[in-house]
Amino acid sequence: MSSLKINLRAAALLGSLLIGASPALAEAVLHRGNAGEPQTLDQHHTSINIEEFILKDLYEGLTVYDAAGKIVPGAAESWTVSDDGTVYTFKLRADAKWSDGSPVTAGDFVFSFQRVEDPKTAAGYANILFPVKNAEKVNKGEVPLDQLGMKAVDDKTLEITLERPTPFFLELLAHQTALPVSKASVEKNGADFVKPGTMVSNGAFKLAAHVPNDSLTVEKNASYWDAANVKLDKVIFYPIDDQAASVRRFEAKEMDIAYNFSADQLERLKAAYGAQVRVSPTLATYYYAFDTRQEPYSDVRVRQALSMAVDRDFLAKEIYSGSQLPAYSMVPPGIETYGDPSKADFAEMSQLDREDKAVELMKEAGYGEGGKPLAIEIRYNTNPNHERVATAVADMWKNTFGATVTMVNLDVSSHYAYLQEGGAFNVARAGWVADYADAENFLALSVSTNKTFNYGHYTNPDFDALMKKSYEETDPAARSKILHEAEALMMKEQPVAPFLTQADLWLVADKVKGWQDNAANQHLSRFLSVSE
Amino acid sequence: MFSFVLRRLASAVPTLFIVVTISFFLMRFAPGGPFNLERPLPPQTMANLMATYQLDKPIWTQYGTYITNAVTGDFGPSYIYKDNTVAQLIGKGLPYSLELGFYALILALFGGVLAGTIAALRQNSLLDFAIMSVSTVGVTVPNFVVGPVLTLVFAITLSWLPAGGWGDGSLRFLILPMIALALPQLAVFARLTRGSMIEALHTDHIRTARAYGLPARTVVVTHAMRAAMLPVVSYLAPCAAALLTGSAVVETIFTIPGVGRYFVLGAINRDYTLVMGTVILVAIFVIVFNLLVDILYGLLDPRVRHD
Repeated sequence: MSSLKINLRAAALLGSLLIGASPALAEAVLHRGNAGEPQTLDQHHTSINIEEFILKDLYEGLTVYDAAGKIVPGAAESWTVSDDGTVYTFKLRADAKWSDGSPVTAGDFVFSFQRVEDPKTAAGYANILFPVKNAEKVNKGEVPLDQLGMKAVDDKTLEITLERPTPFFLELLAHQTALPVSKASVEKNGADFVKPGTMVSNGAFKLAAHVPNDSLTVEKNASYWDAANVKLDKVIFYPIDDQAASVRRFEAKEMDIAYNFSADQLERLKAAYGAQVRVSPTLATYYYAFDTRQEPYSDVRVRQALSMAVDRDFLAKEIYSGSQLPAYSMVPPGIETYGDPSKADFAEMSQLDREDKAVELMKEAGYGEGGKPLAIEIRYNTNPNHERVATAVADMWKNTFGATVTMVNLDVSSHYAYLQEGGAFNVARAGWVADYADAENFLALSVSTNKTFNYGHYTNPDFDALMKKSYEETDPAARSKILHEAEALMMKEQPVAPFLTQADLWLVADKVKGWQDNAANQHLSRFLSVSE
Repeated sequence: MFSFVLRRLASAVPTLFIVVTISFFLMRFAPGGPFNLERPLPPQTMANLMATYQLDKPIWTQYGTYITNAVTGDFGPSYIYKDNTVAQLIGKGLPYSLELGFYALILALFGGVLAGTIAALRQNSLLDFAIMSVSTVGVTVPNFVVGPVLTLVFAITLSWLPAGGWGDGSLRFLILPMIALALPQLAVFARLTRGSMIEALHTDHIRTARAYGLPARTVVVTHAMRAAMLPVVSYLAPCAAALLTGSAVVETIFTIPGVGRYFVLGAINRDYTLVMGTVILVAIFVIVFNLLVDILYGLLDPRVRHD
């Protein structure tokens, strides 16, 4: 170890002698906090944004999100879509190269997408690409890999055929699962293609070093097609799962960017750091699901009443210190193709009016004071904030309806395993973070055929029919209208009660330039720079 | 002596086997699994994953496979940190934990024994009172409080030392985590030493030594210390095993890339193999240090003989 250090120092000394005394060569380094250690650097096995931030700096998909969170061309410079919306033809950039200098080809993308759907890969997010023709069948092992609807017409032309029109397909292509791997590298190195020194990537940066739980360093990729506009020489990601530790390292100026901190720190940090504190509403909804299979939650009036009685302003301001926003719709605001979501009709009422109406509805349903007793059990996953929310909601239901409310909490794995496996419950906490910026991603959770995420087993043929219609509609405006109708219906029936739109909390030092808050929470380092 | 060590090492094998077996099944009793995430996976993907990691096999088959592989040194892949095997994760993290833990152990042991001896020699003086008060604080204030306070003062306010990270591994990165890690143990050592030292100073052979007119220094260091060290040495084994295998709390607070965090992360994420790996690691450390301490006991206390 020590001899290595000496050698490095000697090399550095020698290097500086050779280059000569030119202080202008100071490297532009961004010290970027990340919410934890990446579980893998294999894009086809990732599912969380810890890996997303790193992988999207290393690799570039066909489409990418720009600094403002808008979809723009990535490795593909342009594309055409067939009239029926089922065939996409992408033209790859002539100068798109891997970090070893070899060209990025259509074949690499075909190989990558086949790898995602190969049942042997067991990719966690294989379903993201299910709109591609035969993807689901390939993933189930029903048809061979080459039946996947992907074709390399030539080295730079890629044709993707879909099962059905998928208006949000370009968003899906910007997902981390859709990032390409180098066919040559994966075939040569197998599972080791993710290691520093071996990894070949096509993004603005390439992997330089990785010490698990300490740091992950990426450096500028000279082969990247837009390298001239990449201002950073190096980005060092620090994996810190303890939010308080992350804030301390930002405050000690060891990191320029810190992601996610405890909401109760918001006021203090705002006072100390002003505009360096960023509260950016994101595409994520915090909601409670009702088990619609059983009394009294099968009664729409009971669900409406319970939902109305929850003072969302209180949750947002008192529990989350304004770091989350009150929500009255399942789809959060900020989706370009959707616009303003369809809110529940009680959104416009004052909280006092809502409570009066709620009591009335509950009486009609025959529960609460003077009716059948109302005993509710709230299930949530163990977390101090979820506990505070559950306590507040329990209190609101007690005060409004005289209900007896009990609470049960389990750790994350157990909580979701229980709901997924169809376990019976009364009311359960859940959250959804968008996989892609489209309303469908939130609404499809409540379709009756969604066995996994429709925890409350809500079944409404009208809602299902509207969702089905939306998949067949290729005109964006007409489609958006159908989705709004579906959401309006859902908000009327409240199979789920959305409480909050979540926000991403960032600390971004003044010296970091080019940062833009966006609901998609996309922040490629390629658009950032640092000033001393 | 040699046969004693051999016998102890031989008995370590069934001990390890029992530890592994109990942990293996206890882990599976916890609801959920490594792939039950906040964002649940579609059934098809789940099935693919379970098949890949052979988690769809009957639990007895899984147990059999695990034991067979573990004997050959293959502790399986980590389900959560998929790019690494459990052996690789522990192999990469252990040197950091060992280095930090070793410094902390030295600091705790020598600091604690020194403080305890001084307190014992000046029993009921102001100095004794001060040392014991500080060590009470050391035992009672948890390191998740000490750690952040240290960073707040020395890293954020004074900017003398880094707030976290291993950096280049130089001493300045290690000072704060080392103190946070050592402090509670230092306090325990100080209290143990003080108690046993006071007792030793009142024994007959010390009185005899003093009566012979031996210098006070020789009496304390050579004669009293030897007897006073016995309880300290017995505490040394669990303490060394705990410090050297890393602390989840200190490593998390100071973002140290050691193995301590894997205990907690592995359990929360139901990373069965990672939990098993860390359990085996700690078990081995405990067994080895208990053995070392027993040998040390024989050297310190003439009444103990290993034959």
